[in-house]
Amino acid sequence: MDSLLLDSFVKLLGEVSTPAQVRALEAGGPVDPVWSALSESGFLDALLVESQGGAGLDLSDVAPLLLALGAHAVALPVAETMAARALLGAAAVEHPGGPVVLADFRAGPGGLVPTAACSTHALADMGDCLALFAIADLDTRRPGIHGSLALAFGDVGSAPRLAEIPRPAAGLRAIAAVIRAASIAGAAGRVLDMTVAYAGERLQFGKPIGKQQAVQQQLAVMAERSVAARMAALIGCSDGLDPRPAIAAVAKQVTSAAAIEIANIAHAVHGAIGISEEYDLQLFTRRLHEWRMADGSESWWAARLGEWRLQSSDASSVDYIRGIECA
Amino acid sequence: MLENFQLHRLPAEDEALRAPLRQLLAEHLAGLPLSQRARSWMGFDASLSRRLGAAGYLGLTLPRRYGGQERSPFARFVVVEELLAAGAPVAAHWIADRQSGPLILHFGTEAQRDRFLPGIARGELYFCIGMSEPGSGSDLASVRSRAEPVDGGWKLNGQKIWTTNAQHDDYMIALVRTSGTAADRQAGLSQFIVDMRAPGVVVRPIRDLAGDEHFAEVFFEDVHLGEDMLVGQEGAGWAQVNAELAFERSGPERIYSSIVLLDAWIAHLRASERMDGSTATLVGRLTAELATLRALSVAVTARLAAGEQPVVEASILKDLGTAFEQALPTLIADDLASHPAETPADELVRTLAYVAQIAPSFSLRGGTREILRGIIARGLGLR
Repeated sequence: MDSLLLDSFVKLLGEVSTPAQVRALEAGGPVDPVWSALSESGFLDALLVESQGGAGLDLSDVAPLLLALGAHAVALPVAETMAARALLGAAAVEHPGGPVVLADFRAGPGGLVPTAACSTHALADMGDCLALFAIADLDTRRPGIHGSLALAFGDVGSAPRLAEIPRPAAGLRAIAAVIRAASIAGAAGRVLDMTVAYAGERLQFGKPIGKQQAVQQQLAVMAERSVAARMAALIGCSDGLDPRPAIAAVAKQVTSAAAIEIANIAHAVHGAIGISEEYDLQLFTRRLHEWRMADGSESWWAARLGEWRLQSSDASSVDYIRGIECA
Repeated sequence: MLENFQLHRLPAEDEALRAPLRQLLAEHLAGLPLSQRARSWMGFDASLSRRLGAAGYLGLTLPRRYGGQERSPFARFVVVEELLAAGAPVAAHWIADRQSGPLILHFGTEAQRDRFLPGIARGELYFCIGMSEPGSGSDLASVRSRAEPVDGGWKLNGQKIWTTNAQHDDYMIALVRTSGTAADRQAGLSQFIVDMRAPGVVVRPIRDLAGDEHFAEVFFEDVHLGEDMLVGQEGAGWAQVNAELAFERSGPERIYSSIVLLDAWIAHLRASERMDGSTATLVGRLTAELATLRALSVAVTARLAAGEQPVVEASILKDLGTAFEQALPTLIADDLASHPAETPADELVRTLAYVAQIAPSFSLRGGTREILRGIIARGLGLR
């Protein structure tokens, strides 16, 4: 994609999603100033076709933007809203303007939905269609996790459906998982940068701890896992807004599994300061844990992918994987 | 560092290499048991290497004037992936095709290129790598084998060890000291092409824990090396070796060493009609990891195609890849042994045992895990 576009997006996030602003949103601060700035930027319409006022970009085009969202611990569903606007737009439904989360109501209430507490709408997979709800109309619950903006949804019941649109072949969970995978990968890269920088500054035994081989080896592992997570996210973003489920499975399995190892190494290297509220690391590692569980954890996706693999006619793993990556 | 791995699609003209190569392999490998296929790039079959060379699958990236195909590293990726997936015994040409050829192309003289590259591309000239010595493993700069200038060339004395396939190969590219002492470290090292049949070269195969003789120790006693056997600049051996190691570490063989076992286990699961949750979860996890590793391997290939030496990227790929390769026999052994009612075929059991036994070598050969992580840490700016 155009690096100017990415640069201006990163600049915008640097202004509207500073650590102080993330903390303010988590504390229940106003959404509107941040959301207005994002709306006015036009980036929320990146995936909307040009005839509807969008930029007409493909998901793979905006992959760097999705990574940047994770790298800034953005507390609002920016990528989800981009996807929702494109899906609604494709069905000629006007989008609601506010922050939209993606949810899966097929088997009753699913898991926690990050950022839903500061969102206005949910676009939900109902099994036979996608339905748009106002979150205020839904039965919701905040489980009381410190700092989390996630909501649990109760039974939909007779909550009014503001719109019904065709369901993508893979449903909504696949695209939600791909978006989440990109957030994880972006946050992983940021946490790696923070941890490497800290290891270069923190002096113990008369030298930076980053000069200790034991610490270097841990940071190398962290870099490897961050590289793998980023590639898995790119694979996820390579198949558009209706990704084949196997693509989503690769993306979310690998990123979710990497998320925890990356968070753990980051905290191990930072020591006690990383546990403190005032230090920014926790903004990212708390999210890595939340995002890892959202939209299906590593084992949920692994079980699906394993079933598809065992049912496929491909004798060799290379052929099966080529089928995922090349189609 | 993270941005150096981008998603690439293999070009269609390179994908087109697969089908005819598959046919050749199906013919040549018919009846080769799984446990032999699992040896893959440790398995020696000169007739296969010559056949691959004749069909144009070797020396793919070498210029046509030296007998190569003048194709991109992506073409080589496709061919190597097919060879490994089939478990083809490719050891004969493996090192020559992967690194000795490119090394001679980059650093060798025109005469050396004319002399060696066409034979490499035909699958007829086989090379081994003379790096490790009894006192020099990870600390490669401490090598003591020494070439001294004499009339008309050099006189080589010393010893190499753990040299893969030395007993079968025609030439070794050896890293030896040409000036100074071991205390001078990276300075004063040079690379030579050593004729393995020259007087004074003695090779003793070493038996490994799986019953094979895939590596050997090599002794040099007053071996005469012509002036024309020095590769590149005298004293530049260290830089050349590191360029060579980028080739050695960047290929898909660092993710596919256990692929024959993985596919055999999946075939067993299908035959057993086993698809419970924990089985599917394990299959899916391994599939997701392998898909990501493959994309990373293609990404490193793209750096090679751009003319770079992706030293740090190759180290990341190799460390991730060998961890995967080593996890496979551990996980599959646990899976099979926790389903005692199933009776896996003896051939699967043999294949599993072989891979489990040889797996520790995956993170030794081509640079240990600790050395690779040190290179990555340097790439992170930590050293």
